[in-house]
Amino acid sequence: MTMTLLRHLAAAIVAGAVIWAASVQLNAFRDFQIAEIAVYVVAIAGLSVLIGLSGQISLGNGAFMAVGAYAAALLMLHLNWPAWAVFPASAAIAAVAGGVVGVAAARLSGPYLAGATLLLAVALPSLANQFPGVFGGDQGLSLTVTAPARLGATFPVTRWQAWVCSAAALIALVILANLTRSRVGRNWRAIRDDPVAAALTGLNVARLRVLAFVVSATCAGLAGAMLAFTTTLVSPGSFTLSLSIALLTGAVLGGLGTLAGALWGALVIVLVPTYVTDVATSHGLSSGVAANIPIAAYGVVLVVVMLLFPDGIQGGLRRIAGPLIPANLTRLTEPDRHRPASEQAGGLPSPDRHRPVGEHQEEGTK
Amino acid sequence: MNRSHRTRTLAVAAVVAAALVAAGCGSSSSGGSALAASAPGITKTQILIGSHQPLTGPAAPGYSEIAPASNAYFQYVNAHGGIYGRKIKYTYLDDAYDPSKTASVVRQLVLQDSVYSIFDGLGTPTHLAVVKYLNSAKVPDVFVASGCDCWNNPTTYPETFGWQLDYIREGKILGQYVKQHFAGKKIGLFFQDDEFGMDGVKGLSYEIPASQIVSKQSYVPTNVNIGPQVAALKAAGAQVVVSFAIPAFNALLKLASLKLSFSPTLVASNVGTDPITLGGLLQAFAKQAGATVNGNALTQGIITDGYLPTLGDTGNSWIALFKKVHDQYDAKAPFDGNVLYGEAVAYTFVQAMLKAGKNPTRADLTKAISGGLPQGPAVAPYDYSATDHGGMTGAFIGVIKNGVIVQQGPVLTTDTTPTGAVSPYSGTQAPAPSSGMP
Repeated sequence: MTMTLLRHLAAAIVAGAVIWAASVQLNAFRDFQIAEIAVYVVAIAGLSVLIGLSGQISLGNGAFMAVGAYAAALLMLHLNWPAWAVFPASAAIAAVAGGVVGVAAARLSGPYLAGATLLLAVALPSLANQFPGVFGGDQGLSLTVTAPARLGATFPVTRWQAWVCSAAALIALVILANLTRSRVGRNWRAIRDDPVAAALTGLNVARLRVLAFVVSATCAGLAGAMLAFTTTLVSPGSFTLSLSIALLTGAVLGGLGTLAGALWGALVIVLVPTYVTDVATSHGLSSGVAANIPIAAYGVVLVVVMLLFPDGIQGGLRRIAGPLIPANLTRLTEPDRHRPASEQAGGLPSPDRHRPVGEHQEEGTK
Repeated sequence: MNRSHRTRTLAVAAVVAAALVAAGCGSSSSGGSALAASAPGITKTQILIGSHQPLTGPAAPGYSEIAPASNAYFQYVNAHGGIYGRKIKYTYLDDAYDPSKTASVVRQLVLQDSVYSIFDGLGTPTHLAVVKYLNSAKVPDVFVASGCDCWNNPTTYPETFGWQLDYIREGKILGQYVKQHFAGKKIGLFFQDDEFGMDGVKGLSYEIPASQIVSKQSYVPTNVNIGPQVAALKAAGAQVVVSFAIPAFNALLKLASLKLSFSPTLVASNVGTDPITLGGLLQAFAKQAGATVNGNALTQGIITDGYLPTLGDTGNSWIALFKKVHDQYDAKAPFDGNVLYGEAVAYTFVQAMLKAGKNPTRADLTKAISGGLPQGPAVAPYDYSATDHGGMTGAFIGVIKNGVIVQQGPVLTTDTTPTGAVSPYSGTQAPAPSSGMP
């Protein structure tokens, strides 16, 4: 257990050093993109843990991001809290919201759960329009973020945002990595693979499901606070249904249940549209066509990845490079799918151990 | 022999004269000092400007035509000598009307592409996501494509300038018309539940006596079921409905009223009454519901206002100019209100750049606009000064007849205060220059 923690901490420190070196080398806009990627990594990792490990689905994590973002904005505007205090506080507020929703969600599964969380994604952000006095209505809440004075007057604020968001993301990932390798993570896999068998071994399925929801919402809330810190504006238009769908896409694309997959998903979401827009506009396409090419490219990437790597990018990489990488390194952040989870959890062997994730959900609703 | 010699001499003389004229033009356009890279985004040959636009997503229909139309006018300028010889390059990126994406694409334009200025950034919630950033980075943020009064704040946002008629002034101008022409009638209000609708209602309430307003109904753009609001307007006995709504919701309002056999006089903000857009939406929505309507017949008689010459006024020199540019550079788009808007705001930008000087810094552009701009295509003057960054100050009242807006009465100007009078504009709009260049 302590060995795992140390290993994850070491990995985080190495990643932090790499990000630091990159942020100093790259221009101010790339720094901004690093911050954006950090936001999406956290949000996608939280969703990926929920879907990939506990077997529940959520189309409402964009709404939890809104909760975190509004909490962060209100704390920064009215109480002038610094980022290091705002981030955990916003995550905690989103966790409470996640707990409330999770209690209801634990009773639902499959498309019913998807539908209920979809409702959340649609309804919650428009609350801001109902209480314009507190939430600023459609205009939202505008923040001011500046780099600390001791970094010098010419220090780009986007680099500061990149540092803060990356640090927050790395801390969140270390905690998640440990959580998924712990007894809780094993129990989640058990209820995912076979809730009945897991219950027979004495696991409290409902409580584990609620816990997974809380963890997922916490991550989304932290990501929302990071987004507020990065874009310096929180408004309902940022938390539309398409955000929730983008998170789900990122999680599936990267590889469900894997934290490294969250990074791939975030890279695709943030970088593909920018890169493709640059290419499309530099080739002199008509604006109507050029405007829609990023969306088309996104779709093509999604289709191609799903066809080639049904387990997502991380799954595909493992399949290609698996024999080349020492086993303990690939296992660093991923659940071990080759051993039946219920065995790991100390229970009975699952009767259908080799079924892919999610089939139980479908079966339950047929 | 003699004759051919003379011809040759004449030809030589003509060539020399042409060369001299060309040299003269060249030297007058580069003046005394040579062109220099005087600011980020400005090179010896190019001025790079950027914008965020909803090219995809919910706000794209109609609004996605604006930036290509601006670009069409810039291409026209580039083909006619550019700005002091420099060509304008206009990079507009898609933000899908999502403020988070706006924050990202505007930073890309400023930090990576090093644009000289942000021009015509579209939308109130989207542009609010970047207005602080642009001002702290000291990037000129000119002619925001939104009528929110919030851009006019020179102390907090010295770099930001509005352009189109703000919604408070528009509300006052429509309100005065309602007060004068529908005295004693019951008035209902229908408006979008955000800054746009509420600023409009504020302006209306400065003019229309409160006792006449029998019902105030708002909608949110994400909920297309406005049956309850229309029923409430009918129940309150409204004889006139004043609407601050986007085109889709004016169409829904009209159709829902038809269904309830409710036929008040409709007075509506310019934002939602481009007859081509509105007529098309009416037919499309009716078709979805299994009915056939005549878009032109339904828009007939809607009272609205306009701050640019009307598209139907083909004799107007501004319309003729913008139609010519449209046909040459942007012919695939329909020549509608959005295209007119895009070209007119681009014209204003060229006016400002010419005024900013041959080798402008970023501060020269904001200084040039603060010093006031000639009226150009707008029907009323701009109020740009060191203490006012608003933009247009007036509009005319128009009525839709056979799919075009027909001007009624004079151009009216006013201010944004509760007591400022709405009065006829005494000046006249100068015709468009024959060269098409400011």
